[in-house]
Amino acid sequence: MPKTRPLPRGVAMVGAGMSKFGAFAEKNSRDLFVESYKAMTKSVDKGFDPSRIEAMYVGNFSSDQFEHQAHLAPILADAVGLLPISATRVEGACASGGVALRQGVMAIASGMADVVLVGGAEKMTALKTAEVTEALATAADVAFEIPAGFTFPGFYAAMASAYMAQYGMKSEHLMNVAIKNHDNAALNPNAQFGVTIQTWMEGRVAAAIKKGKPAPTWANIWDFLHDESGNPTIAYPLRLFDCSPVSDGAAAVLLVAEEIAHQFTDHPIHIVGSAQASGSALHDRPSLTSIPAAKVAAATAYEMAGVTAKDIRIAEVHDCFTIAEVIASEDLGFFAPGEGFKAAEDGMTARNGAKPINTSGGLKAKGHPVGASGVAQAVEVFKQMRGQADARQVDGDVNLALTHNVGATGSTCAVHVFERRN
Amino acid sequence: MAETTTIRPFTAAAFNQYLAERKLMTVKCVKCGGVYAPPRAICPICHGEEMEWVEASGKGKLAGFTIIYSGPTFMVEQGFDKKNPYVSGIVELEEGTFISARITGLDVSKPAEIKVGTPLKVDFVEFGEGEAKKTYLAFTSL
Repeated sequence: MPKTRPLPRGVAMVGAGMSKFGAFAEKNSRDLFVESYKAMTKSVDKGFDPSRIEAMYVGNFSSDQFEHQAHLAPILADAVGLLPISATRVEGACASGGVALRQGVMAIASGMADVVLVGGAEKMTALKTAEVTEALATAADVAFEIPAGFTFPGFYAAMASAYMAQYGMKSEHLMNVAIKNHDNAALNPNAQFGVTIQTWMEGRVAAAIKKGKPAPTWANIWDFLHDESGNPTIAYPLRLFDCSPVSDGAAAVLLVAEEIAHQFTDHPIHIVGSAQASGSALHDRPSLTSIPAAKVAAATAYEMAGVTAKDIRIAEVHDCFTIAEVIASEDLGFFAPGEGFKAAEDGMTARNGAKPINTSGGLKAKGHPVGASGVAQAVEVFKQMRGQADARQVDGDVNLALTHNVGATGSTCAVHVFERRN
Repeated sequence: MAETTTIRPFTAAAFNQYLAERKLMTVKCVKCGGVYAPPRAICPICHGEEMEWVEASGKGKLAGFTIIYSGPTFMVEQGFDKKNPYVSGIVELEEGTFISARITGLDVSKPAEIKVGTPLKVDFVEFGEGEAKKTYLAFTSL
């Protein structure tokens, strides 16, 4: 069993940046990583000499499949001018970024390094959608899950079906999560789908009229989301707007030893909890309505940080599908089992709610370049905790935040807790 | 009667060979009696390393399911698409362990009528000819 030990040395995040997320035919993962690195360097309040960076960890799920390029880490290190430092690619499926962040934390906490770059990058849109689906499916148990015909939307749909049966949730409840995350993404200039669902729907109507086709007569977004032509079923009960998109993007954060953080900024964000846990294939769990690895990682991170779920002001959670956000909000202890979907319906997870979740727009609307997502979550909390989230800034003192990054259906989960002390 | 044998290794290949013989096999830990499907060579509860194959009763119930409209290539090759979707599910075996399987015999045109908890029995779906023939684990509604 995992043991909780305090970090032997304090770790602070002093810079954070991301590329725009989206579909970029002219950019590969290295181009996107360069963008995120430049955004990161710009965010370091006092500036810094990049030659101080001693090591780099980069989350990437499968550049081999997506770009036919393995061995990505030294290529990215070279692209940002950091040779000959050690550069290590870290793979934990869609949790690759969160796992890379933890590697960076450990490098500093252990005393092996004082300044570490953590990145995440994925270029997914060069493949056709069916090929992306198959590439992602390799994150599941290929021997025993895939022959059943499962896809990733299918796995989370099966979790949704079990949740609905256990707690009486309707699939309509999940739409609250999508609406909220699009509302947030509309205020995030780096989001892939930076529009509300209302705007999206109006765009569909305008496009139909422009093409001389009969305009759809959706009365409102609920009507749109219930309509198979607006929101087609992908894997019952999940529909298009329950799913995160296929994305290109990168993110980068700069970690330093706590005692030198003042050389970089007067407003560092301390990483006070860093945990990771592993889980089985989906079928090998006592329940389909919770992710055991997420619960273990959360409990470990909370204990390490000396905080409880109640203390967390905002969280970026792994909403690869809307049901995943509901389950995350329960696994992290924000809401009791079976209450997460009601909390979303009641607006508790909105930007002005009691427990804002995915102020960035989440994977759903900000985009999900899988290896980058866990690092991009840290970028959002860095901005929110320092009052730099512009139009989507959460009110009040965001002194404690959490990121939750899941690989596959929960075979990997990384949870980090962040603290601002001044 | 359940068949017990310790001859075959506890691998995916052996499990699939049993499927080709139209048998769903679990593995049982000799030390603590834990029962697993899919197979494992080491018991995750007691860490025992001696296992035995035991044929499952083939009875189970639906723990979770999905209807997939856009499947992987091998499912498309078997004739499934948007107009002919299929059901994938997780089945709780009578023995108490769970496994992923295709689910047959359900009306995919009425998704809301498919219920978690539906009783199922094991079925085997074959695809391909000769050397290329493959047997897939399935469960069908009773």
